[in-house]
Amino acid sequence: MVYENPDGVMIGLEIHVQLNKLKSKMFCGCSTDYHDAEPNTHTCPVCLGLPGALPVLNREVVKAAIKVGLALEGEIAEETQFHRKNYFYPDLPRGFQTTQYDYPIVSKGKVVIEGEDGEHEVGIWRAHMEDDPGKLVHIGSIEKSKGVLIDYNRSGMPLIETVTAPDMRSPKEARRFLDKFRNILEYLDVFDGNLEGAMRMDANVSVYGGTRVEVKNISSHKGVEKALLYEIMRQKNVIRRGGEITQETRHFDEARGVTIGMRTKEEAEDYRYFREPDLMPMKVSDWTPKIKETLPELPDAKRARFIEQYGIADMHAKALTSKIMLADFYEGVCKKGTDPKQAATWIADVLLGELNYRDLVISSYDGSTIGCINDKDHSIANSTRVADMVDLVALFTDGKISDRAAVEVIRTILDGEEEKTPLQVIEEKGLFKAEDDLVTKAVAEAITENEAAVQDYLGGAEKSLNFLVGQVMKKTKGTADAKTAREMLVKELKG
Amino acid sequence: MITKEDVEHIGWLARIEISEQEKAEYMEKLNSVLDYFGQLDEVATEDVSPTYHVIDLHNVFREDVAAESLPQEKVLANTENKQEGAFKVPRIG
Amino acid sequence: MTAKWMSVAEIKQKIGESSAEEVTADYLEAIKKSKINGYVTVSDRALEKSKEIDSEGHKGPLAGVPIAIKDNISVQGLPNSCGSRMLENYVPPFNAHVIEKLIEAGAVILGKTNMDEFAMGSSTESSYFGPVLNPWDLERVPGGSSGGSAAVVAAGEAPFALGSDTGGSIRCPASFCGVVGLKPTYGAVSRYGAVAYANSLEQIGPLANNVEDIAVLMDVIAGHDARDSTSVPEEKTDYQAALKDDIKGLKIGVPKEYFGEGISPGVEKAVWDAIHHCEALGASWEEVSMPHTKYALASYYIIAMSEASSNLARFDGTRYGFREAGETWHSLISKTRAEGFGDEVKRRILIGTYALSAGYHDKYYLKALKVRTLVKQDFEKALSKVDVLMAPTMPNPAFKVGEKIEDPLALYLSDVNTVPINLAGVPSMSVPCGFTDGLPVGLQIIGKPFDEPTLLRTAYTFEQNTDYHSRRPPEVA
Repeated sequence: MVYENPDGVMIGLEIHVQLNKLKSKMFCGCSTDYHDAEPNTHTCPVCLGLPGALPVLNREVVKAAIKVGLALEGEIAEETQFHRKNYFYPDLPRGFQTTQYDYPIVSKGKVVIEGEDGEHEVGIWRAHMEDDPGKLVHIGSIEKSKGVLIDYNRSGMPLIETVTAPDMRSPKEARRFLDKFRNILEYLDVFDGNLEGAMRMDANVSVYGGTRVEVKNISSHKGVEKALLYEIMRQKNVIRRGGEITQETRHFDEARGVTIGMRTKEEAEDYRYFREPDLMPMKVSDWTPKIKETLPELPDAKRARFIEQYGIADMHAKALTSKIMLADFYEGVCKKGTDPKQAATWIADVLLGELNYRDLVISSYDGSTIGCINDKDHSIANSTRVADMVDLVALFTDGKISDRAAVEVIRTILDGEEEKTPLQVIEEKGLFKAEDDLVTKAVAEAITENEAAVQDYLGGAEKSLNFLVGQVMKKTKGTADAKTAREMLVKELKG
Repeated sequence: MITKEDVEHIGWLARIEISEQEKAEYMEKLNSVLDYFGQLDEVATEDVSPTYHVIDLHNVFREDVAAESLPQEKVLANTENKQEGAFKVPRIG
Repeated sequence: MTAKWMSVAEIKQKIGESSAEEVTADYLEAIKKSKINGYVTVSDRALEKSKEIDSEGHKGPLAGVPIAIKDNISVQGLPNSCGSRMLENYVPPFNAHVIEKLIEAGAVILGKTNMDEFAMGSSTESSYFGPVLNPWDLERVPGGSSGGSAAVVAAGEAPFALGSDTGGSIRCPASFCGVVGLKPTYGAVSRYGAVAYANSLEQIGPLANNVEDIAVLMDVIAGHDARDSTSVPEEKTDYQAALKDDIKGLKIGVPKEYFGEGISPGVEKAVWDAIHHCEALGASWEEVSMPHTKYALASYYIIAMSEASSNLARFDGTRYGFREAGETWHSLISKTRAEGFGDEVKRRILIGTYALSAGYHDKYYLKALKVRTLVKQDFEKALSKVDVLMAPTMPNPAFKVGEKIEDPLALYLSDVNTVPINLAGVPSMSVPCGFTDGLPVGLQIIGKPFDEPTLLRTAYTFEQNTDYHSRRPPEVA
């Protein structure tokens, strides 16, 4: 099956990723740990742009950029340097952004995604380093704002901007690209995607090979998908009505799910790029082999290895490797002797399903526990231990608990107010599978104690059997398997 | 030759408000300077590479070590226009 | 005896005999009587600081020695106005690297000296705080942009001072005021904390009444600083060790292009006399050609203005400095910048903005950078044959206040002999070498990158065998 792309949709993305796992900012020693801090407490003469202060580049920013470049199968530039991009905005304390222009550190990479019609390659035009501006808080709405408050704590945070080719043919492909891209970066351990502002996206989209429209500053993958769905519909309708698509930058109103044309500026910006005289050029391509050696196993490689090593289904391997922390958790469980196929089913199908149902995303794994946070309000949720998963799968495969009971255990661990082991949950809730003779006894009692129902059933009233099954369940306090109980009753009554 | 419209555009790019009267003055003075700069056209530079830096340094880095930041009151000490620890300006555009 | 016009060595001796407090008091007294408007800010803490030095028994190389600082070099707690209304009330919360070094050495900062606004000028007339007057003739300019630093040294209001030199801003006023000034090799002195006008061109450097004090100051301020990415990690140079009265065998190149049309005969004669004097002291000279000199000025101004247009973008009234009200942020900053900057600064920002803008970047900015390469090659070629180059610092002596203020281009043209040095990044000194019509003339000595020791030795030898440096301006004596 080949995807026809009936509307000729072409989508390109620009993704800003904040290297928030580094200790210090891009050009100064201010700590990157500002997310819960008071405004303007993580700033210094350099990131405030005070007159006379000078930038010195954080070596780890360059290393991270090379890592990203290698993971995206890109080329690392022989020589690279910074430029100034000159424009005025209150979040920009020097009146220019330090970025890369004609010599980006990474060029010509690619990412393979699950496309509309199977594997689909998305080209990476470039990835470059730049510094983050500060943060603006509008008093009231942007349009009717009474004023703007500026916090420069974010100013000077290191960013990597990745620019893709317009190779995505649907909003779904864009979403898939973003999921994969974020996953790769998390594998590289260069950023924590759960922190506010860690990943910001601009999407450009055109239909029928027409004019490109850019939708700026979207903060979530879902948001990008929604913005694109809306924008494609808008463009198609403009054309259907005989209108023309104008080249413009639009803003995505996440609450309303619509894109809005930003007021056109009275004149076009002219960024007057020129080389940053305060920073010297870099010749770092010879760092590449060493960095390559330290590169971790990436998602596609891990997925292939999981299938090979654990004999699990591709569907499971894909789900388990969709997040580095989940993959590590899975392997942690397998290392404890758990059957890898069972572990895959219980983690990929059940645990992941329950997490999704609760809007929880995995935010950490420390070798023994995965931590989760709520995707919507970023609150911290209950964690899940490797040891608990090992015990749970063992209890199930040993036939001590039913599959329903096992799911119940997982739910209780995720929802419970106290931290409990599976065994504690099972004991407290009496979830052990009933012994067979206990069921046999209950079946016999149910028959002798309910003669009328037995006669009705034998007379053809199937419903009466349900009543008898219910009696068995009652006598076994629900530990009997209902299906087994039914079979035993039928066998007893009809021979 | 730069025109009055050019002066307006440059003034906007540089965010310097220029009055009508000033526009004419700037036009004249800027043109005399730019005219002088035009003499560089005489120099053959086809095979000459530009000099961005006079010193031949590359790979100047700092290590990723966090240092102390300025206290908030020092950051805000040079302005009256502040609120709740932030700098305050009117709406943007 | 007052400390006025004493050398650093003499001041240290006087401190030993009396106190740092007395020396600082002498200078504060001289400043009080000043007729030249050399200081924008006189430090309230100077006397206090000198007392501390006394009570601590500070052992630093400049313990208790007063110094004046150009008002574009950040000193924590003192306004750093850059001669501009824009920064009139801006007080930096940090010290420049050179200031840290001076404080460590025990120097007492007297105050901040007046300058052309944002160091853009050659006359110190563009200061928001009014022009500085030349101590040799109060109707004349002191040169610029470090006019305050040069003038206060010449007038005995500071034993020495720091300036900055983007296209001659140390050497020009040194020449006009009859003092010694050094623009170090690009990368020799950290620029951290000096407000940028044109980053790829400028250096902080010393101005003093004699060559020895220049070396003393260089020993304190020069050297690698990890906070300036363009600071060169050379081995530490011992500048004072270079002070030898011996230039036998020294090869001097005389670039004929530096004696071009418009040079005043008095300047030409004084400089040639100096060259011949050096010859008599055992040096030899030859004429050298630096054919791209005539294009240096345009190249310099394009690069400087382009960089400036970006460097000065941060002055928008948002975080510090002058602020004009506006309904929106964009109108606020446009008004702030219109009112906060003076005419010359605005002109340079506008031209620089134009030179970098779409469609003109290659014609102006890129072209200027290519010409810069040719100018630099001229120096490399010339300095491969000789040890130093000698030329007039300025083609003319100090001109009258107001004489060139209405004609920016005429003012730019007077920098013809100083700007090529900044394009090439080489070190250069101006030393007093005579007088014309009672006004000082400066001899420019230009050297190879990081060969300040040869410059200092040449200047020192010349100084030891002449007396121009010990003459004092009569009007302020």
